[in-house]
Amino acid sequence: MIEIIKCKINGRDQEIAIDPRESLTDMLRNKLGLTSVKKGCEVGECGACTVLIDGKSYNSCIYLASWAKDKSIITVEGLTSENGELSPVQKAFIDESAVQCGFCTPGLLLTATEIVNSGQKYTREELRTLISGHLCRCTGYENILNAVEKALNQEN
Amino acid sequence: MTIGKNIPRVDAFDKVTGRAKYADDLVPTGTLIAKVLHSTIANGLVKKIDTSKAKQVPGVIEVFTCFDVPDIVFPTAGHPWSTNIANHDIADRKLLNTRVRYYGDDIAVVVAENELTATEALKLIEVEYEEYTPLLTIEDAMNGDALHEEYPNNILASTKYNVGGVSFEEALENNDVKIFEDEFEVPTVQHCFMENPNSYAYMESGKIVVVTSTQIPHIVRRVIGQALDIPWGQVRVIKPYIGGGFGAKQDVLYEPLNAWVSKMLGGKCVKLELTREEGFINTRVRHAMKIHIKSAVSENGRLIARKVKMFSNQGGYASHGHSVVAGAAHVVKQLYQDEVATDVEFTTVFTNLPVAGAMRGYGVPQITFALEAHMENVAKEMNFDNIELRKINMIKEGFVDPLNSIPSLTNELDQCIEIGAKHLNFREKHKKYSNQEGHIRKGVGCAIFSYKTGVYPISLETASCRMILNQDGSIQVQVGATEIGQGADTVFTQMAAEITGITYDKVYIMSAQDTDVTPYDSGAYASRQTYVSGHAVKKCGLELKQKILDYANYLKESEIAVDIKENHVLDKDGNKIIHVSEVALESFYHRENSKHIAAEATHHCDTNTISHGTTFVEIEVDLKLGLVKILDIINVHDSGTIINPKTALGQVHGGMSMGIAYALSEELLFNPKTGEAYNGDLLGYKIPTSLDSPDISCKFVEKYDPSGPFGNKALGEPPTVPVAPAIRNALFNATGIKYNQIPLTPERIFNKVKDKGLI
Ligand code: FES
Ligand code: FES
Repeated sequence: MIEIIKCKINGRDQEIAIDPRESLTDMLRNKLGLTSVKKGCEVGECGACTVLIDGKSYNSCIYLASWAKDKSIITVEGLTSENGELSPVQKAFIDESAVQCGFCTPGLLLTATEIVNSGQKYTREELRTLISGHLCRCTGYENILNAVEKALNQEN
Repeated sequence: MTIGKNIPRVDAFDKVTGRAKYADDLVPTGTLIAKVLHSTIANGLVKKIDTSKAKQVPGVIEVFTCFDVPDIVFPTAGHPWSTNIANHDIADRKLLNTRVRYYGDDIAVVVAENELTATEALKLIEVEYEEYTPLLTIEDAMNGDALHEEYPNNILASTKYNVGGVSFEEALENNDVKIFEDEFEVPTVQHCFMENPNSYAYMESGKIVVVTSTQIPHIVRRVIGQALDIPWGQVRVIKPYIGGGFGAKQDVLYEPLNAWVSKMLGGKCVKLELTREEGFINTRVRHAMKIHIKSAVSENGRLIARKVKMFSNQGGYASHGHSVVAGAAHVVKQLYQDEVATDVEFTTVFTNLPVAGAMRGYGVPQITFALEAHMENVAKEMNFDNIELRKINMIKEGFVDPLNSIPSLTNELDQCIEIGAKHLNFREKHKKYSNQEGHIRKGVGCAIFSYKTGVYPISLETASCRMILNQDGSIQVQVGATEIGQGADTVFTQMAAEITGITYDKVYIMSAQDTDVTPYDSGAYASRQTYVSGHAVKKCGLELKQKILDYANYLKESEIAVDIKENHVLDKDGNKIIHVSEVALESFYHRENSKHIAAEATHHCDTNTISHGTTFVEIEVDLKLGLVKILDIINVHDSGTIINPKTALGQVHGGMSMGIAYALSEELLFNPKTGEAYNGDLLGYKIPTSLDSPDISCKFVEKYDPSGPFGNKALGEPPTVPVAPAIRNALFNATGIKYNQIPLTPERIFNKVKDKGLI
């Protein structure tokens, strides 16, 4: 079974042959080599596979590839500017030592990007709720929250 | 000076741009997929497996069963090999097993063109078992038939030690003491690294190549050789970035099976990746233990004698075997010294549960929970100041373990305690919270720990490093030690820069280990890397630096070059003679004397030293809901010199987070009849989310430890160790109830509160 879908991936128009049963995670990883999209559970529990779909974060492992039709999708590969400059969120994650093994990092970067792009202000407690769909076993979330706060304060 | 500086992690850029490659990101297109069939009984024998239907599924390449694998048992523990047979790890499992020893044991493997086909085919395999009663508890197992013939009563090992030369009972004679007794129970928990174990294997140049998510590539290489009965040199193991390990990947997991399947298929590339659910059951868990402590205390608070008895639930296979409970048992005397006698007995028992192995702290979180909860009980019953009681009895600087000679060369525990106490205003609050009414209460608690840095002299400690000078005066650093998220590559880079005088921006560390390229190191475990492997980096750096100086002197036809700083070769007065890049370029292309400058060094480590520290915590508990909220928590660590404060803090945060969950929420539960896990997934098994995690504080008391390469000692594992008992002690302060079992779930808290009539 093959289906052709059109969508925008990291700013570029794409036409992709998919299996209608496959997840968006598998499409991004296997068809497009976007391996920043991680798999920690494949059932929507961990957030490692998070991508932005039309600006909102979703667990791509429980999002069918076929639903991505006509949508705009951003992965971490798309956060860096054309000339290779890091986004403020990426920079904040480095500065605040929010990265350890790095496996949860791509997903968190995207949720943090959504938060920063919202243009709103959030308290630390609200941020805890907003990133609670991401499991991280290395950091205790302390530095991740610091990084999100920093990026948020810089932008807004 | 780069030691002690907050150099950003060397891998951070790649990790925030998605460029860091983990094993599954590297799998070649067209790779076949292997999926393992797990037993649906906990104890028994596979009588027959019918694979005919599975084999007919289009896209299935092959199905192998436990009747097809070589008749070779192999060990899996990530310990260095020993040439003395007496020290070998227990070899007790085959690639697939006919004798089933836990619910989920590996009995067959399907190889298919894709994951879906492999998963579907698994469902069509028909298995006939001869079923025995599952032995899930230590008591049942010790009274049941042996799971491994060689171990009657399922006792893997039972050992004792005594310090003082007299028994606990003898120590009571002529001593005016009070006796205190407690029984503790700690649960089975799982590592829950975010990257599930996965590997792929293929043959190339007559070798089996396995790319895998492991902490111990060189050990994986050896065990694949043993399991497949092929020369070790025919195995090449590559370890790219890995998404956490915490000890479970300090075991050889499915790499041998993956290698064998590839070999059986003529060297085709085959991937074997565990699902999250398999990750819970089919990797390793932390040992559940029962710990009984009896102590005799004099009126002035001195521990006269203690008797400790521990039982450790090993699960179906030996893995690290007895060494985990042994690691725990030896801490009894490394934390507190008894005046007259210490009697410790520890037993490891096989059961039909998932296999227990190494997990951050290697038995020490278990025993520290018991020791520190017990100490609190004693203080309360004696009406003795709980900090004083600890201070009177804890080991002091200069302590040398009477049995294994591991020393506490530097010991700032006293200061750690004072900083923690001050942070919380502990003494005052402890008094204040001792008498509360109502259902919302507060409590403060503390606990201390001692933790050895490496494994010498219990086991071999060896590490090596290679450095290569590039044409531009930068260097490549290769180590066998592994980056698993803890920041090893960053501190090695700092160390290399510090020693060679070449600035850290010109130090390129190779993060991936490839056993055909990177020199030998046992891997990432214990809290050994900055200490043991750090020594190798230091030694190698000194050699490289000397070679650069020698070549500079050759170029200058003199002996004036004596040091390198900031990439400049200096004379004895600190004058710049020549830039390292100039030396490097000449050394490569000199028409009379070309020399490719490199160095390699092995550090055979024959030292060890003890780290110390403490947790202080303030909680609020809602007795009606049985819910604990952490209001303030701090760890204070004496880990010697801190090489990189920011990455060190990160280690402490993560370790404390694990400790908090060990105290409050994590427990792998099993159906008591079948042995099947009730909550083997991330939904039912409660690791902390950001909402469950309080803000975490941490301080370091730095004192240069003379045995560390840069004055440093253990930090990776220790942060987890004292957290659970401190939280438990805070709950004791709040309620006056002795909770001797973790996790402190709402149900457990509520039941006791109700029994005691507090609500
Ligand atoms: S992989 Fe998608 S939520 Fe875990
Ligand atoms: S950094 Fe390892 S899981 Fe978050």
